[in-house]
Amino acid sequence: MDENGTIINSEDIEKVNEKLVKEFYRHMVRIRTFDRKAISLQRQGRIGTYAPYEGQEASQVGTAVALGESDWMFPTYRDHGAAMTFGHSLRNILLFWNGRNEGCVPPDGKKIFPPGIPIATQIPHAAGAAFAERKKGTANAAIAYFGDGATSEGDFHEGLNFASVFKAPVVFFNQNNQYAISVPFEKQMNTKTIAQKALAYDIPGVRIDGNDVFMVYYETLKALERARKGEGPTLIEAVTWRYGAHTTADDPSKYRDQSESNSRRQETDPILRLERWMKNEGIFDEKWQMAIEEEAAAEIDKAVGEMEDFPPADPAVIFDYVFAEPTWQIKQQKEEYLKLIGGGR
Amino acid sequence: MKTAVGAKTMTLVQAITDALDTMLNEKEEVLLLGEDIGRNGGVFRATDGLQTKYGEGRVIDTPLSESGFVGAGIGMAVNGFLPVIEIQFLGFIYPAYEQIMTHASRLRMRTMGHFTVPMVIRAPYGAGVRAPEIHCDSTEALFTHMPGIKVVCPSSPYDAKGLLIAAIEDPDPVLFLEPMRCYRSAREEVPEGKYTVEIGKGKKLMDGDDVTVITWGAMVPEAMKAAKQVKENNVHCDVIDLRTLFPLDKDMIAESVQKTGRTVIVHEAHATGGVGNDVLAIINDTSFLYQKAPVERVTGFDAPVPYFGFEDHYLPTPARIQQAIEKVMKF
Repeated sequence: MDENGTIINSEDIEKVNEKLVKEFYRHMVRIRTFDRKAISLQRQGRIGTYAPYEGQEASQVGTAVALGESDWMFPTYRDHGAAMTFGHSLRNILLFWNGRNEGCVPPDGKKIFPPGIPIATQIPHAAGAAFAERKKGTANAAIAYFGDGATSEGDFHEGLNFASVFKAPVVFFNQNNQYAISVPFEKQMNTKTIAQKALAYDIPGVRIDGNDVFMVYYETLKALERARKGEGPTLIEAVTWRYGAHTTADDPSKYRDQSESNSRRQETDPILRLERWMKNEGIFDEKWQMAIEEEAAAEIDKAVGEMEDFPPADPAVIFDYVFAEPTWQIKQQKEEYLKLIGGGR
Repeated sequence: MKTAVGAKTMTLVQAITDALDTMLNEKEEVLLLGEDIGRNGGVFRATDGLQTKYGEGRVIDTPLSESGFVGAGIGMAVNGFLPVIEIQFLGFIYPAYEQIMTHASRLRMRTMGHFTVPMVIRAPYGAGVRAPEIHCDSTEALFTHMPGIKVVCPSSPYDAKGLLIAAIEDPDPVLFLEPMRCYRSAREEVPEGKYTVEIGKGKKLMDGDDVTVITWGAMVPEAMKAAKQVKENNVHCDVIDLRTLFPLDKDMIAESVQKTGRTVIVHEAHATGGVGNDVLAIINDTSFLYQKAPVERVTGFDAPVPYFGFEDHYLPTPARIQQAIEKVMKF
């Protein structure tokens, strides 16, 4: 699908049905609404520093919808759009951004890892969890998300090598948003693409338009299918763009001309593009659009309320999850601290 | 030598193999990962014969990739397995430090117990075997400082087997340090089959009322030599092998130093930031008023572990330990 929503490669398009398309659209609107709300909450001091993903919705939704219920997800701090599409709780995602580890607990049965913070470190975890699935003889797979800068880290290479040696059923999903904070792609690496790094591990490497939700969805499905058949990992490079800052503590105008973000909003925006396609197909209904926008806003407002009504931080949490059984140091420190503050809450 | 029923006389490294064999046999979730541990049986032969017995699916030769296979081990541990990882030498663990510090040790905290890492990392450590540079580090304090991981260091075959089995059964990550200098230096009777030695408990190796000598790992035999030497001059040492470096056996330390009032701490690691300082803190917190002399520390120097041509100068010796014992006695 090109910028105008015209199909230029029809290989998979016949599999697209209206229900699935509307699902993509609804999820992309939902996660974009969340992202904008979170930035506004941060500006009002109602959550902490926040990492936005606006512009990358097709990459996050396309992958998350492709996953099976029992698959593993290893997101980074910029992939909560994928996590919430896969079924993570909005309240918990907000709690995470408000400094609460309660937010890293996924809903029951959802194998969603807490966001990877040190760059690329989640890549070996995904390889290991996927290898474990293979050893158990299941058809489950794992997906690891990471950015362009992560491919310079040792753990990217160690994780891909490990997974390729052991044919671990894992999809390495790179969102190349072309900046690692301030350093642009061409200063990050000498290679022309990220996908070509797959060659070094003799695994398939594909470079796709990460703002085309169809492309993301079908390439992820193909990679998952390979993984489930025991054919090993795939590296997908989804080329995309973050419109905004690295985090709310960052000012992108210091390192790039933000007019490019503005022109990309008009031309290659993932939601607008799908909308154009739907209009071409005659399946876009403005009433429906308004309804899903309202539904998303209401759901997010409710989650914000739940986050803000959440019980205040219980200091016992600091001590109670270091080990299964606290050591004497932790017991003593907890007791002394709770006594100091008057028995805790 | 008489062998008890159901026991075998073996070296420390054989006791490690026996523990791994016992647990591979006991729990199918246990699997071994590391460099050269399969067909080769590990550079110290700690996994000798185990791949033949349990197959390549459970005794797994990994790529040369410490961060990669420790990270993958974390992924396997959260997904139902009990990985026991061999780092060839402690001096090569540093690429995996990030994985241990930012994930293995804090995943339970991050997810309030939803994801946990029941994983053991085994690493031979220490100088004194004429090994090349970086193969001789004793950097246990880098890990005892890290919340969320236990650090164990046996000095005898019996303890090595019992502690390794306890480490494999522990629900949290354990760094299991093996004094390579003790791998084959002594033999003792080790029971067949499964038994555990509790993590967090020291062992009294000699009873005495005059001086407490606290040590662990490869310094245990050195401290014992010094203690036997001073006994000839009628100085009686309470010698403690800590066996676990986190959490330290506070009660055993306090009980002994309250009895003797004089303490010598011996470790081969650098003095500054060493685990000996945590022992000192326990003495301060529990037994300050019982002290008759300032605590002496006999340690490696605050210099990088030297090339082996110099290691006899670097490592604490029975003579240095004896001198420290005499100093606290004379104070």
